[in-house]
Amino acid sequence: MADFDAIVIGSGCAGPVAAHELAARGKSVLVVERGNYCGAKNVSGGRLYTHALADVFPDFLEDAPLERRVVRERISMLAPESGVMVEFTDEQMRRPGVESYTVLRAKFDPWLASKAEAAGAEYINGIPVEKLLKTGDRVTGVKAGDDEITAEVVLLCDGVNSLLAEQAVGAPRPARSSVAVGVKQVIELPERVISDRVACADGEGAAWLFMGDPTHGRVGGGFLYTNKESISIGIVATVADMVDSDVAIPQMLEDFKNHPAVAPVIAGGTVVEHSGHLVAEGGYDAMPALVGDGVMLAGESAMMCLNAGYTVRGMDLAIAAGMHAGRSAADALDAGDTSAAGLAGYVKALDGSFVMNDLRTLRHFPDFMEHTPRMFGTYPDMAAQMMRKVFLVDGSGMKPMRKVMWPMIKKVGLLNLARDARKGMKAV
Amino acid sequence: MSTNKETTPVNVDAYLGLNKYEVDEGNPHIELAPNPDMAQFMELVRVCPAGLYRVSPDGQQSADFAGCLECGTCRIVAQGGAVAVWRFPAAMMGIEYRYG
Repeated sequence: MADFDAIVIGSGCAGPVAAHELAARGKSVLVVERGNYCGAKNVSGGRLYTHALADVFPDFLEDAPLERRVVRERISMLAPESGVMVEFTDEQMRRPGVESYTVLRAKFDPWLASKAEAAGAEYINGIPVEKLLKTGDRVTGVKAGDDEITAEVVLLCDGVNSLLAEQAVGAPRPARSSVAVGVKQVIELPERVISDRVACADGEGAAWLFMGDPTHGRVGGGFLYTNKESISIGIVATVADMVDSDVAIPQMLEDFKNHPAVAPVIAGGTVVEHSGHLVAEGGYDAMPALVGDGVMLAGESAMMCLNAGYTVRGMDLAIAAGMHAGRSAADALDAGDTSAAGLAGYVKALDGSFVMNDLRTLRHFPDFMEHTPRMFGTYPDMAAQMMRKVFLVDGSGMKPMRKVMWPMIKKVGLLNLARDARKGMKAV
Repeated sequence: MSTNKETTPVNVDAYLGLNKYEVDEGNPHIELAPNPDMAQFMELVRVCPAGLYRVSPDGQQSADFAGCLECGTCRIVAQGGAVAVWRFPAAMMGIEYRYG
């Protein structure tokens, strides 16, 4: 007889939701989280799309520690001295089910964990799981500190840098091309100042992605999210491309903060935290097996993350995966079969959900990004040059637009431009 | 694309000083291989978001893991090479994000 019906490793987004679903079905659940409090080891950009959270906790708006509702989507292409920005705002961004909010994980994760605890899940904090206990190929529990604890099923929700996924399902260490390194700072500013700088009411704000100069032309980009009384700003760069960069990533962030399009947004702010995190960017083809005998993977431990260029999502995928994992684990426990075959309901449920649908839809996007370096240097520079011709007036006399633009297009090559556009359209 | 504009050198130690850590003195959770390959060590210099991997002007390699952000990037790049051991800090130890 095992100590618990289920052990959940990690209390980020997937873990507590899975634990909540299991506990709600009357199962005994232990959550082992290596942070001294939930969220202590966790970082995201970050913005949370709430549709998946609403499926599990319909009343989340009552007490979830959310920062600001995102009502301005901004994308900027930066050249060293200039920027071209597209902004989208829409009343639909305030619609339940579509709403997205910025979050800070050290505040959000304890709230999510409290929901699992309220449903009856037990928590151990401050202890990393060293290894999984196995009998043959079957996972039977965990070793954490001096304790060996057994369960009928173990759920790996331990994040992108899982040291256990290999032991669980034979997943190799992620390749350099399927992960990106993120560096981020939280910069405090008064609430009203932030609202004014992104032209929003208090309680609402912006999600802002940047490409080009922030990564000095490397594959990746910059991001800026407005929180209630702080701004999250950072760089994400694909590891495979970053390893031979001229500039180290902490310097990239410093340069990004000093860019003339960015500096005024954070001016006068106080840096209060400097963080780093890996981002799973390999997409569908980088995912490991989702179940093994006695074990399931949910969230970024299974590389569940989407980068579409114009938006990055991980938390809503993790929450949905945690929900399906918890429910399917409870079904398997009821049926008395937590082998890989018994847990297959999870794979099926996930397959029919937006999680696998969206990962499949963007399956070719990681490859497109990696093999289209012009996206990160040539095109942002070209956009800047074109805008200069359009908007700067020095009295030297206007030239017909076609004569101004054609040489710039020719420089890149019409064929290259058409080819990249076609590849890009196919990838998204 | 290269940008040759003047930049302000980052003082990453000052930023790390803002973070909260429980430092496990004398028990680093990352261990370097003896005499790491310089080319691979330079990759770590570029990707570490905490700037922990350093090479002095006379070519001496160093890394102090007390300021580690526990992201795992160096594990992806160099485990089995320049990075001999990568594990999580011991119970109760390491970074404690207050914002995340």
